[in-house]
Parts: sequence; C-alpha cells; structure tokens
Amino acid sequence: MNLTFNNQLLRKSQSLIALFLLCLLIALLSDKFLTTSNLWNVLRQISVNVCIAVGMTLVVLMAGIDLSVGSVLAFSGAICAGLIKFGFAFESLDLFVGFTVLGGILGAMLVGLLLGLFNGWVITRFVVPPFVATLAMLTIARGLTMLYTKGIPISNLGPGLEFIGSGWLLGIPVPVWISLIVVLVFVFISRKTAFGRYIYAIGGNEKAAFLSGININRIKLAVYGLAGMLAAIGGVLVTARLNSAQPNAGMTYELDAIAAVVIGGTSLSGGVGSVTGTVIGAAIIGVLNNGLVLLNVSPFWQQVAKGVVILLAVIIDKMNRKEA
Amino acid sequence: MLLEARNISKSFPGVKALDDVSLQFYPGQVNVILGENGAGKSTLLKILTGVYPQYEGSILLDGKVLRFGSVREAQRAGIAIIHQELNLIPQLTVSENLFLGRELHRELGLLDSTEMNRQTQAVLEKLQLDIAPQTPVRRLKVGEQQLVEIARALLTDAEVILMDEPTSALSDTEIDNLHRIIRDLKADGKTIVYISHKMDELFRIADHYTVLRDGVMVGTGKMEDTTEAELIRLMVGRELKIEAKTLVTQSDEVVMRVKDLDLDHPYVRQRKVLENISFNLKRGEILGIFGLMGAGRTELLETLFGLHPGRSRYRLEIEGTARQFKSPQEAIRQGLAFVTEDRKAEGLILGMDIAANISLPTLSETPMLQPQREKELARSYVDQLAIKTPSERQLCRNLSGGNQQKVVLAKWLSTRPKILFMDEPTRGIDIKAKHELYELMKQLVADGLSILLVSSEIPEILTLSDRILVMAEGRITGDFSVTEADEDHLLKAALPG
Ligand SMILES: Nc1ncnc2c1ncn2[C@@H]1O[C@H](COP(=O)(O)OP(=O)(O)OP(=O)(O)O)[C@@H](O)[C@H]1O
Ligand SMILES: [Mg+2]
Repeated sequence: MNLTFNNQLLRKSQSLIALFLLCLLIALLSDKFLTTSNLWNVLRQISVNVCIAVGMTLVVLMAGIDLSVGSVLAFSGAICAGLIKFGFAFESLDLFVGFTVLGGILGAMLVGLLLGLFNGWVITRFVVPPFVATLAMLTIARGLTMLYTKGIPISNLGPGLEFIGSGWLLGIPVPVWISLIVVLVFVFISRKTAFGRYIYAIGGNEKAAFLSGININRIKLAVYGLAGMLAAIGGVLVTARLNSAQPNAGMTYELDAIAAVVIGGTSLSGGVGSVTGTVIGAAIIGVLNNGLVLLNVSPFWQQVAKGVVILLAVIIDKMNRKEA
Repeated sequence: MLLEARNISKSFPGVKALDDVSLQFYPGQVNVILGENGAGKSTLLKILTGVYPQYEGSILLDGKVLRFGSVREAQRAGIAIIHQELNLIPQLTVSENLFLGRELHRELGLLDSTEMNRQTQAVLEKLQLDIAPQTPVRRLKVGEQQLVEIARALLTDAEVILMDEPTSALSDTEIDNLHRIIRDLKADGKTIVYISHKMDELFRIADHYTVLRDGVMVGTGKMEDTTEAELIRLMVGRELKIEAKTLVTQSDEVVMRVKDLDLDHPYVRQRKVLENISFNLKRGEILGIFGLMGAGRTELLETLFGLHPGRSRYRLEIEGTARQFKSPQEAIRQGLAFVTEDRKAEGLILGMDIAANISLPTLSETPMLQPQREKELARSYVDQLAIKTPSERQLCRNLSGGNQQKVVLAKWLSTRPKILFMDEPTRGIDIKAKHELYELMKQLVADGLSILLVSSEIPEILTLSDRILVMAEGRITGDFSVTEADEDHLLKAALPG
C-alpha cells in the first residue's frame, strides 16, 4: 500500500545490509575489528565526516554542491584555535577580548556560517552555479587560513578543547556525542519541518516550488549557511582532536562528504535522499578505511577501494530506480 | 501495418493498469482509445512502443509477434509515439530536438545542420508553425512545444504513429491543422492510434474506437456505429448528465482591478508582449480569456502573479488596495492562486507524493509539518476530484496524466484563494471529471471566489464564463458578456490584425 515508504525503506535497508556485510567480512579477516576500542575508534573517526556530510546532504538534496567545506573547516578550526589561544585584539581601539573554549567554538561556528552564507549569497544573487561559487570559496577560505595562521600550526590549546576532541562522557567519546546530536537535529529538520520539505521541493522541481510560493533564495541561503556552520563544527572537532589547528587541515574532505552522501542514496540531481542514508554512507566509508588499515593494506589501495565503493553504490542505486 | 495487442496485462504496485486487453489497430485508419483518467490508455501505448519492456501478452505487427526491449527497437520496427507529457530538451533548438538521437551526418561524421534545418523547416511549415528551426525550445509556449513533439514523430516516417493526447494543449486552429495532416497520413496507409478526451474532435477524425475502463476493454467498434452518449456510458459505466449553464448571480464588487498593464519582450528590445491591458474582475465572477496561441494569455496571468517583476508595469488593486507582486509568494499571501498550464514543468514535484504536493503552498502556515492534517486534506481532494490512486502517499510521477492535473487543481484549491487563475485547467482531464470540476467551480464562485479562466476550448469558455475577454497579439481585442458571445464572435476577435 504505502509505496513511497516501502521504496525508501528498501533503499535504506540495502545500504544497511551492505554496511553489515562489510563489517562481517572485516570481522572475519581481522580479529581486532570487533573490539570495543576499535569500534569507538571508527565512530570517532567518522564523526567529522558525518558533520560535514549532513550539511552536504541538504545542499545536494537541493540539487546543489558545496566544494568549500574542507577549506571552511580549516579556516574555522584555525579561528577556534586562534581565539582560544590569542584572543581577539582591536589594536586601533587598544581593546583586547579573550575567549573561553566555548567562546572560541561559537566564534568558529559563526565564521563557518558567514562563509556559507557568502556562498549562498553569490549563488542566489548573481546566479553563479554552486559548483563554481563554492570552488572559489575552496581557495578563498584556504588562503584565509594560510594568512591567519601564517602557515604554522596553532598548538597547545589547553585541556578544555582537548576534552572535546579526546574526552569521554557517559562512556561515549565526546566527538561521537556531538555528531550524534548533529544527526538527530538534522534528521528532525529534514523530516519534520516545512523548511526541510522545501529543500526536497526545490531539488525536485525548483520552478514548481517557486510558483508554490516558496522563497527559493532564502532557503538556499539558509542551507549553504548551515553547510558552512556544520563544516565549522567539523573544524572544531579536528582541531580539538589534535589539540592543534593545522593550516592544511580538511584537504579533500569535501570529497569524502560527497561520497558519503552518494553512497547513502541521495541523488546528485536533487529531491531524493536522506540524512540517515548519509550517516550509513559515512559509516561504510569509515568501516572500509578502518578495515583496510587493520588488514595492512597500503593507503594507495585504500583510495582505489573507496572509489570502487562509490561506483558500486551509484550503479546499484541506478538499477533499483529503473521501474517496470 | 496492422498492429495488434493480444491478452496484454500490466501491473504496478497496488494497481492493475491493464487486464487481458486484446485489440487491433487498422492501417489507413484513425484508431482511438477512450477511457477515464487512469483507465490504462497511456500504459498500453507505452507497452506498444517498448517503454515498458515487461508485460504479459503479445504484440503483433502484420501478424508477426514482436517484443520490444526498448524504445529504439520499436522505432526501428516503424512505430513512433507522441507522448502525453512533453519530452523536449529546453536548452536545445527545435531542430536539435527533432533529430535527437538520429542526427544526420556528412562525411567525416560531422553534423549536417543545413540539411537538418531544412527538413525541420519543411515539417514546421507543414504544421503551419511559424518558428525558426534554431529557436531554443525553452522559448516556446506549451502549445508550440506540443506541435514540435508532433513534428518529431512525423519526421521519422513511421508506419504506425501513436498519439497520446496530442491536442490537449492545442486550440481549435491548430487542432484542425493536425487533423489535416492526419488525413494525409491516413491516405498514405499509415496506422494512427489516437487518444483524446475531446469528444467533438473524435467524431471528426476517428474511424475506429476502443474503450478501456479500469484496465479492461469494455467496447470496440466503428465510430459511425456509435454516439457520444454511448461512448460516455462505456467509459464512465453510467449515463452522465451534462448540465446546462446556470447563471450565477454575482455582486458588483470589484475584487481585482488591472490598469495599463505592459510587459516587455524578454529578448527583443522595444517590443512588448502585452500592451495596455485593463480590466476588472468582480466577486463571484468567472472571467474567461480567449485567444489563439501566442496571444499573451499565459503571460498576463504570470505577470499578475508576480513572475515578471523586472519587465512589467501596471496598476493593480486587490479589494481596493494597490498592490505590486514581486514574487508568487507575495501574490499567494494576498489570496491569489495559479493553476499553471504545464503540470510537469511548473505544476508538480513529480518525485513527491500527492499529499506533499497539495500542501506545498500552505506549509508556511506552521514551521512544523503536520502529516495527519496533510493526509486528511489530500484525502478529501482525492475523493472530491476522484483522483485515481492506491493512496494519497503515492508519488505523483506514478499517476496518469489526468490525475496529475487533478493534483495541481487540488493544490491550488486547498489554499482557499479569493482569486483563482486557471490556465487550461481541464487539460487531459476526462469528461466526467471535467463536468465535476465545472460543478465545483460554479459552487466555489457562488461562495464568493473569482476566477480568471484561460482556455482554448471554446465550449468550455462559453459554458463557464460570465464575461469573456478576447486577446490577440498582446492586446485585448474583445469584451463580451456571456449573452452576446458565441464562437464566431470570439474567433473573429481573436484573429490578429
Ligand atoms: N509507473 C507507474 N507506477 C505506478 N502506477 C502507475 C504507473 N504508471 C501508471 N500507473 C497507474 O496505472 C493506471 C493507468 O495509468 P495510465 O497512465 O495508463 O492512464 P491513462 O488512461 O493514460 O489516464 P489519463 O487519461 O489520465 O492520461 C493509473 O491508475 C496509474 O496510476
Ligand atoms: Mg494518459
């Protein structure tokens, strides 16, 4: 009876089954895989990609793309570190503002949000294709990172931030908590709110959505802003984990995020997909990476394997979608 | 060639679209398939042309059993189809669309655009369509695009041509044109299969009929041996009383006043698409707008709905307050609604379900979705408009064309508008649903709704309207009250020059 539901359930259960089989295979080949510490490790490792990929999902659902997330991650990570370590000085006013850890994190999120909003503004105001607009931001934000850090890592950020990166809370690593909250919030937004529905509608048929009275530009602006902010959360996690902001952090992270989105069954042409699918996609990539490391496969082969998985995922998805 | 379907059955999840259908399509004849929305007509045509390679039963061409695995194979066997929905690529030119997938080549594999343009020009002339082969399709109106689809099928030199509602977006002049071409094709011995919900044209063009109801064949025979009433009884399963027009008493209160509306041409400087348009719409009135293709009727509705803020100038009053709409959102807020012409491109989000589509314009009322309310709303329209579907969570993509059209109507009715714009609202809707919609419109109008109705169907506009404006080349060329309007008057006023 309930066709859409069944279809989506089928698609989702397929990637779940794939994840399960992958886990099974690795568990058979390596006895280190199914240890608690390793599993927490996997979850902690994917938490950054999960945050970025959730934002990417919203963008891709709208038939857009955001190539700038890796650079935005690096810049906001650096800002977070810089604010905590050096504070913020207005030299002309002879004013100095110091930042707590929380202040640094919020500052980083604000910067990510602003960079994302700038993406959205360029895309909506000047009708620049998202690919181009965010490609420009990819180099702009990387350049800003280099300028801000002068190319040198900002390290020794204190125990507060270290807790965010490596600490445990109620038996669960803090980064895992954070990515879990991000996922819950955005599953809710995408499924239960009018805003979420609009994202799907714009991706499905932008013209029909516009004619139905949806303010397309405002939704796009918001989505690119959120994608930037989520990249900044990823930046905070990376910085906290290393207790240091690296100027070249987050390189090619946009590709991992897009891969998670695609493996999770979200269509690059928009309108179809889900946040939960993306989480499964990120898990598949994470488990694959972890498994290959456990099996001592060379990192070069890891890259090949990831590419093959992406292809398989898309091909299987295409075959499923062919009806009749 | 004689095309024959034997014991064809086809199921989709939750729907048996065709159930053991056997019929024959004769060469040199126009074979029409009739049936209500969702009866299975398009599905049958798609099976005959390889769109759905999986089905039960068999297809025979001149007695030989064929099984098409793809559209290409059917084409090679000499079967061409004009689909119900437009399938042109907007960015490509008319000529590129016509030759898509079977481009002509010169030596070295270069494209022979000269020859392709020449052939395009020839076929466009045959259809009396005055557009250049190099025009990008996105600049064409829906009716013109429909004619390009027809041209594409004509160019293939197929022996069997299947036409799925080719006239739903055409006005009478273009329909006559198409009929002329079909008669030529008939004289050449081609097999024509034709679907239409317009009964009057069927008696002019068709030789042989088949009626489907709920996927089952319920009647077949020669057109000359039947009557309209008989066909309707077969389709609907009972007599359908077509009610005469009842004059509604309308108030004298003007709800919408339009003055001096101009719209600039999007590409050509100094040229105007609409010029000097002024009219009033009263509460409870159905104001019909008649005109030939390209008269500017759709553009008029679009401009008033806030779609061309950059290149339009006008004075607009809604219930006495001056307004300018810069987006549909603003127009909707002031109680306007717009049933657009092209359901696939503008009306629906095909990948979303019925309920989500219907609730789209009213979602902004609350930040949270209300699935229960949404479902009940959809349920009520599914019942009221008789949308044929297994559930209100069915994707719109899986609905038949006429049922998709009903979802577009439901979407806009659900906003409870004060002023409703309707652009060819009954396009592709079956005869029963059409009359039910007419009844609904009359009822809504009696409750104080005002309607601006664009329609190319003269009977429709004469039945429904209280007053009729005629447009030609972007200007108003006639203003008739229902008592003085008739077909001749309307057509005369609609002719340019
Ligand atoms: N891809 C699909 N998936 C599920 N159901 C489908 C699909 N295509 C068609 N149907 C269903 O099959 C039935 C027949 O559809 P079809 O398009 O053949 O109707 P039709 O006679 O052409 O109607 P119309 O006059 O509205 O064009 C309908 O109930 C429709 O909902
Ligand atoms: Mg149909």
